[in-house]
Amino acid sequence: MSSVPDDLKYSKEHEWVRVDGETATVGITAFAQEQLGDVVFVELPEKGARVKQHSSLGVVESVKAASDVYAPISGEVLERNVKVIESPELVNAQPYGDGWMIKVRLADKGELGALLSPADYRSHIGESAAAAGD
Amino acid sequence: MSDLKQTPLHAEHVRAGGKMVEFAGYEMPIQYPTGIVAEHRAVRTNAGLFDLSHMGEFFFVGDGAGAAIDGLVSSDIAGLTVGQARYGLLTNERGTIVDDVIVYRLADDEYLMVVNAANIAKDHDHIQKHLPKGVGLDDRSAETALIAIQGPRAATILSSVTDLEERERSIEGLPPFGVTRARVANSRAIVARTGYTGEDGFEVFVDNDRAPQVWSRLLAAGESTGLIPIGLGARDTLRLEARFSLYGNDIDETTDPIEAGLGWTTKLDKPFLGRDAIAAAKERGPKRRIAGLEVTGGVARHGHEVVKNGTVVGHVTSGTFGPTVQKNIALAYVPAELAKVGTALAVRIRDKDIPAKVVKTPFYKRSAP
Repeated sequence: MSSVPDDLKYSKEHEWVRVDGETATVGITAFAQEQLGDVVFVELPEKGARVKQHSSLGVVESVKAASDVYAPISGEVLERNVKVIESPELVNAQPYGDGWMIKVRLADKGELGALLSPADYRSHIGESAAAAGD
Repeated sequence: MSDLKQTPLHAEHVRAGGKMVEFAGYEMPIQYPTGIVAEHRAVRTNAGLFDLSHMGEFFFVGDGAGAAIDGLVSSDIAGLTVGQARYGLLTNERGTIVDDVIVYRLADDEYLMVVNAANIAKDHDHIQKHLPKGVGLDDRSAETALIAIQGPRAATILSSVTDLEERERSIEGLPPFGVTRARVANSRAIVARTGYTGEDGFEVFVDNDRAPQVWSRLLAAGESTGLIPIGLGARDTLRLEARFSLYGNDIDETTDPIEAGLGWTTKLDKPFLGRDAIAAAKERGPKRRIAGLEVTGGVARHGHEVVKNGTVVGHVTSGTFGPTVQKNIALAYVPAELAKVGTALAVRIRDKDIPAKVVKTPFYKRSAP
């Protein structure tokens, strides 16, 4: 089973959020990178751009295909991870660490309530895995 | 995936953790847990094992079989000696491409043609329509398994499971595009030094019921030297780096061999179906040509538009990240005047024009052994 750290919040689209005061760090989950396979290209919004909850914030491309990354929360991009643009394989190697994607100044902390707890996300991917195996 | 066909190696793929997808009506592994990039590298540096049992095998027998095939295939089939194989195209009256095939001469009047899985029924009808009486066409696709072993260590590994007295003749001494019969893993096999990866390698044809044994014996023999099973994902990245055409992507019945960069497979000084149309196309010079692109800042994919100064001028037929060349590479049809090496173009990816440059192909060429 994929790792789902207990200190993060999750979206149904397989992004994770680490909240630190007014700032949130966003990446994709271990489950997501396993499904994608080897990531070879990452496109992220620039500093100052605004991202909106449930809208595409960027793209990860694996060898096989391109997939949107959806913003789990709304806000202004404070920083994008240049390292992950230069070395996309970090998304596979350390999805919760050096493979993070953007840091955002939270526009509405209330949005965090719509995210999944680690337990809920675990059961969510349990279901997704079963559906994919049909 | 209940209505999909399975190869005789299906259980091996599932046991190895292969991610199974639909391909040409078959349930096939797109990758194993090692992942596409690792599989790709294994083939370039060690060896990889491929299940290609979905592909079609047509056997031709009878007096005049060679001449009959020569009349349907673009390349010099009449010139094959026993034990030789050649790549070529099945073309139609219009001179466009029905399929790309390899023809193997097994005996004086016995030939094997390997065709793409998606085209088995179509090719069979096409050939049958033009085949003279006296030449038998036996479609053994459903009973024949095809296992490819590719990579610098392929010969050593395959040799180690081949009957001792046949090793030199049938494996080590087999020239590129050579074909012979041999006993591999105690099974009657046709062994050919052909492949679709840009590496040295072999393709081994056996009866379905022998396939699991041949597969597991090869894996066991190669395990210590890095042999791993390879899925369709890495098969595609390997062939694209080596600039091999993929039927249905780069070539089909709307493309002619000249614009597809496959003029070298057409022997225009012999009669064959479509010859006149192809000769005329060559004489006119193609309006468009397939070009190799290197894309900086995005991965081009099949169907993406190719742009010059904001105007759409063509489309991508194949595109990927190339794990060995470490670049985003693509094949695209563009106007002939824009197909010259060095031409600056762009590929429209998610509504953005991403810079691309026409480069020499193949993108990857293995260094001389």
